[in-house]
Amino acid sequence: MIGSTTLYGLCATGLVAIGLYGLVLHPSPLRKVIAFNLLGSGTFILFGVAAQRGAAAGLLADPVPQAMVITGIVVAFAATAVAVALLLRLVESGGSTLEPSAPDPQDDRPS
Amino acid sequence: MTPAAYTATEGGALLVVAIVLPVIGMLAIFALGLRRAERIAYLVLPVGLLVALAIAADVARSGAAVTYVLGGWQPPLGIALRADGLSVTLMVLTAVVLCAVGLVARGSFSTPPDKAEARSPMVFWTLILGLWCALNTVFLSQDLFNLFVALELLTFSAVPLVCLDGRRETLQAALRYLLFALIGSVLYLMGAALLYGAYGTLDLAGLRLLARNDLATSVALGLMIAGLMAKAALFPLHLWLPPAHAGAPAAASAVLSALVVKAPFFIILRLWFDVAPQPANAMAAQMLAWLGIASILFCSVMALRQARLKLMIAYSTVAQLGYLFLMFPLVMASDAPTAWESVGWTGGVLQLVSHALAKASMFLAAGLIAEALGHDRIENLDGAMSVVPISVAAFGLAGLSLMGLPPSGGFVAKLMLLTAATETANWWIAAAILLGGILAASYVFRVLNRAMAAPASDFACKASIPLYRELTVLGLAICAVVLGFVPLQPFAFLGIGRVGLP
Repeated sequence: MIGSTTLYGLCATGLVAIGLYGLVLHPSPLRKVIAFNLLGSGTFILFGVAAQRGAAAGLLADPVPQAMVITGIVVAFAATAVAVALLLRLVESGGSTLEPSAPDPQDDRPS
Repeated sequence: MTPAAYTATEGGALLVVAIVLPVIGMLAIFALGLRRAERIAYLVLPVGLLVALAIAADVARSGAAVTYVLGGWQPPLGIALRADGLSVTLMVLTAVVLCAVGLVARGSFSTPPDKAEARSPMVFWTLILGLWCALNTVFLSQDLFNLFVALELLTFSAVPLVCLDGRRETLQAALRYLLFALIGSVLYLMGAALLYGAYGTLDLAGLRLLARNDLATSVALGLMIAGLMAKAALFPLHLWLPPAHAGAPAAASAVLSALVVKAPFFIILRLWFDVAPQPANAMAAQMLAWLGIASILFCSVMALRQARLKLMIAYSTVAQLGYLFLMFPLVMASDAPTAWESVGWTGGVLQLVSHALAKASMFLAAGLIAEALGHDRIENLDGAMSVVPISVAAFGLAGLSLMGLPPSGGFVAKLMLLTAATETANWWIAAAILLGGILAASYVFRVLNRAMAAPASDFACKASIPLYRELTVLGLAICAVVLGFVPLQPFAFLGIGRVGLP
């Protein structure tokens, strides 16, 4: 039997791997945002593992990483909100969100 | 071993003021009405500059770092703020650049009393203040998790600045910037989790005492530095930078190029010289330098090929950032007793400061030129000299620093890096510095050549530029030139408060 710490550690590794794969290889921005959330979840579980190992003072469980995870979740939530808002604006502006359109050579505005 | 306890110094409360002041400004904008955004920013900017100068004076007078322990809670549970010589140098730099940008942006982001409230002025000024808060936190914080929060605050303030005008290309550039930055922060956070798991503290001074040279530490630091590389746009992770910095309004580009990309590099410096067990990994140092060389050469050539002025300057930013990463092997190989007494380290820091001044000036000058001519195509810049001569002069003076020609801060910085490279027999680095200078000269002169050409007969000026805006830009460029008169040796001021391993 593997201990729960190892199991959570492996879970974290798996989530990070899936998230990284999606973030690097998926062309669609929305999928990238979802992949970022998976990657984030993996990292938060990693903090949980650190908490359970009680690294700080040799306690049974360490509360500090949990405070960090809560902050991290808020930050990841905000990041997701900004990304989705940008995506919505991009969809409203028309066309596909996938490929960057070539700059218009006749465009006179400073880029 | 218990981590070193911090003792709060007398003027320590000023550090909190430096971080909180921009936030108060942001809140005041929301509370007093968006219409007053510009006026509130003009109130906060000079006060912030004075605070930064006061902290710098305190550090210079006492010859030691200024420290503040938040709430009196000692690390590892609490968080310490600490301003050493390097931090205050960058804080003053940030305040100076932001004040100059604020002056030049005057008028472009204001709400006239007879018009309805618009989004972009309010967003511009709040985000500039948000950036300032984040940058000061990055420079002062002694806790890796606090630094993560500061980096995220920086990203969330910087990304919307890129797409202020809401055009489709800028939205795409902003989204790409955000995704790169998010990968960077998650990698950084993962490294922080590993370090916490290994040592039970994220306090920099505590980690410096505890850090062992083992696999977990190397992997953690590797992940963090890789994440920060994406945020600092080191080749090949620079792809997001040129469209993002070129698409933003000129005032925002100046801040993004001059200051925002320097923050992750500053954290790399902290990790490398303050946390990593010494001696650092020679292979990692060489790799960072090789990526820096690739940045210099590849992006200088790309800058040469651009048709648009702002895109050219953005590529030049990536190239100039490459120089910063050359310092790691140079410092390792030097025989100075401490890192900050070596010529390579001083050269790198000076490059950071002089590039910030020169690039802010260059982007602002490009913005004024584009405003006067109504476009920024390099091919059609002829006549710029007759309309905005001071801006073109500022562009040229800032260019001196990028090329590394005397007298300029860039010249001294590159000469120091070159000296360190030849002293330590890093010939590839020396060659890259020289070649990068030639390429920079080519792209700067290409622009000056066109700008000084006689205007076409049907030439028309689109807008007249007030003199004070041009003079502010020139002032920044002159600051970059004046840096060229510093003595060619390590500065004691930059080493203040940098305790640690030899």
